[in-house]
Amino acid sequence: MVGPAHFMALSAALFFIGAAGVATRRNIVVIFMSVELMLNAANLAFVAVARGLGTMEGQVIVFFVMTLAAAEAAVGLAVILAMFRNRQTVDAGEISLLKW
Amino acid sequence: MSELVFYLLAAITVLCALGVITRPNPVHSALFLVMTLFMLAVFYIILEAHLVAALQIIVYAGAVMVLFLFVITLLNLKGDPDEPAHPLLRIVAYAVAATLAAGVAIVLMGDAGVVPGGAGAGAVLAEGFGGTRALARILFTDYLVAFELTSVLLLVAVVGAVVLAQREPVAEAPLTETGEDA
Amino acid sequence: MQAFLDTLLGDAAGLERQLGYLAGMVVFGAVVVFGFVLPFAGIVTWAERRIWARIQSRVGPNRVGPFGFLQWLADGVKNILKEDIIPTVADRPLFRFAPYVVMVGFVGAFVCVPFSGDLIIADLNIGILYITAVTSLVVVGILMAGWSSNNRWSLLGGIRAATQIISYEIPASLAIFPAVLLSGTLSMQGIIGEQGAAPWQWHMFHSPFTLLGFGLFFTAALAEGNRTPFDLAEAESELVAGFATEYSGMRSTLFFMAEWGNLYVIGALVTTLYLGGWQVPQFTYNPVLMNLAQVGVFMGKSLACVFFMIWLRATLPRVRVDQLMAMCWKYMVPLAMLSVLGTATMMVALPNGSHTLRMATFAVVVGVVIRFAFKVRFHLKRARKLDYTSLSPGASQGLSS
Repeated sequence: MVGPAHFMALSAALFFIGAAGVATRRNIVVIFMSVELMLNAANLAFVAVARGLGTMEGQVIVFFVMTLAAAEAAVGLAVILAMFRNRQTVDAGEISLLKW
Repeated sequence: MSELVFYLLAAITVLCALGVITRPNPVHSALFLVMTLFMLAVFYIILEAHLVAALQIIVYAGAVMVLFLFVITLLNLKGDPDEPAHPLLRIVAYAVAATLAAGVAIVLMGDAGVVPGGAGAGAVLAEGFGGTRALARILFTDYLVAFELTSVLLLVAVVGAVVLAQREPVAEAPLTETGEDA
Repeated sequence: MQAFLDTLLGDAAGLERQLGYLAGMVVFGAVVVFGFVLPFAGIVTWAERRIWARIQSRVGPNRVGPFGFLQWLADGVKNILKEDIIPTVADRPLFRFAPYVVMVGFVGAFVCVPFSGDLIIADLNIGILYITAVTSLVVVGILMAGWSSNNRWSLLGGIRAATQIISYEIPASLAIFPAVLLSGTLSMQGIIGEQGAAPWQWHMFHSPFTLLGFGLFFTAALAEGNRTPFDLAEAESELVAGFATEYSGMRSTLFFMAEWGNLYVIGALVTTLYLGGWQVPQFTYNPVLMNLAQVGVFMGKSLACVFFMIWLRATLPRVRVDQLMAMCWKYMVPLAMLSVLGTATMMVALPNGSHTLRMATFAVVVGVVIRFAFKVRFHLKRARKLDYTSLSPGASQGLSS
């Protein structure tokens, strides 16, 4: 019997895969993609709970998360473009001007 | 839906997600992410969230990921070395993530009832659950303020993206064909 | 589809009935894809070459079969037999995979194309949204093809195509909404069900705003399909063949099949949303005859749209990149919003619609079309008077295809 709990477990797996990506990769675009993966894992959890409870709230929140992700991608990629223009790199380790 | 189908789909999804974080080439990562997001849309359909599934493909596969691919191809980001700061870091990070994921999964799938409605196949659904009408009704009543604020957020994002990605300051507008200031 | 299968299945019950439904859908899907979509894409290439030739006073392909009709088959066989070249510096897996992604995005749209009241593979309740979703997969395939070829023309062509498609997706999606608002549903059959058989009962003529929506949707769909006058992605003079430059043999055929087959998808969408779909007057109670008539009407309308697109391609010059983007963001997006808001206002002001307004809009459009037809006739008559024989042999060689 497959229920919402299975989907929640899958969501957890995806979330931690995304987290591992953020921790290990240095290419800032890939880090960004890992963050998108984590957001989507959260979305899956919301949809699974909405199915479990039989209410629409979970899906509404997914709707908002998607909007947020779209806005985030637009601004984030613009930041990456601007950064690449100034520093000629997308290596997160080399962007250390504000690092103390 | 049988367990076999679920585990098959879940295995494909997890493999694609692993592809995102392990492929050295960012374009391959992005395409694996597209496949992961597509698989998530399939799960949304299984969970009776039809509208969300369609939006998932339109917004993510159709717009957000295309934006990512754009930036990667424009910057020509292939083949640059992508090693973590310390060789051990990758192993440690993967191990920690796997342990945490397994722990959370075991807790969730146990029969303690952590997930609401998780013991069975889920709640009995109302007619039209997950459809456009049901989502729109709740979105435009209970969540109206949040919805309107989202539109402001999108506007801010558009303005921010244009300002950040602009090559030249606004004051130095290019000359028109006649050689006079625009 | 369900109801049609019910009439065929009679009183089978339980598992047999489910299997019957499944078999019916699979068979119909296979018939649609292999019996209609793929040959159609080929036949359109032939039709397009013949129609262009006619418009440009040439003969066009006329050697293979009657009127050169089998030209598409000959071309197809030739392309299949050609060597499938993969450049050594290309990203092999992506290069091989990209045409299939494009094909999936294109064939997937046919799941929701309503050929008649009963003949639709699946009448999803989010039908039109589903089509928008699967066709947006094409962009990913095109970017994959452009990037994996490792050729700057391919890359530029792919980026151009993707920019264009995601930009024009916005006015196209917005221009869907007037029809959706009027129908109160996203299902393809539901949208058609709200329209009538008579032209003035179509969504197109509901008010001037929906007329605007129709025009915008058609234009934006043309741009999304990378068709002239918006075919910058494969502008030969600038980019060789765009994202398909490095492709040869069957893989390049797949790209072109998707492109020409897309013409039919665009035509079917326009027909469904604004031109009344398969609606015919109820002249008989025989379901088979009714369905045949509906298929005929739907095909007639969508093929008329396809012809119009071919005509446009033979007539209009290509726009420039900056003009393309300016047209989308500065004109079409605001106009599409006006169309949506105007339709919504009309629905609040006149909840039952206004018959006078419908007839007035219809009359204006008919008047414009008649005026245009007279103008075309006038120019055709004048053109015949020109003496082509006076052209020198050297000049006429360029005219034969």
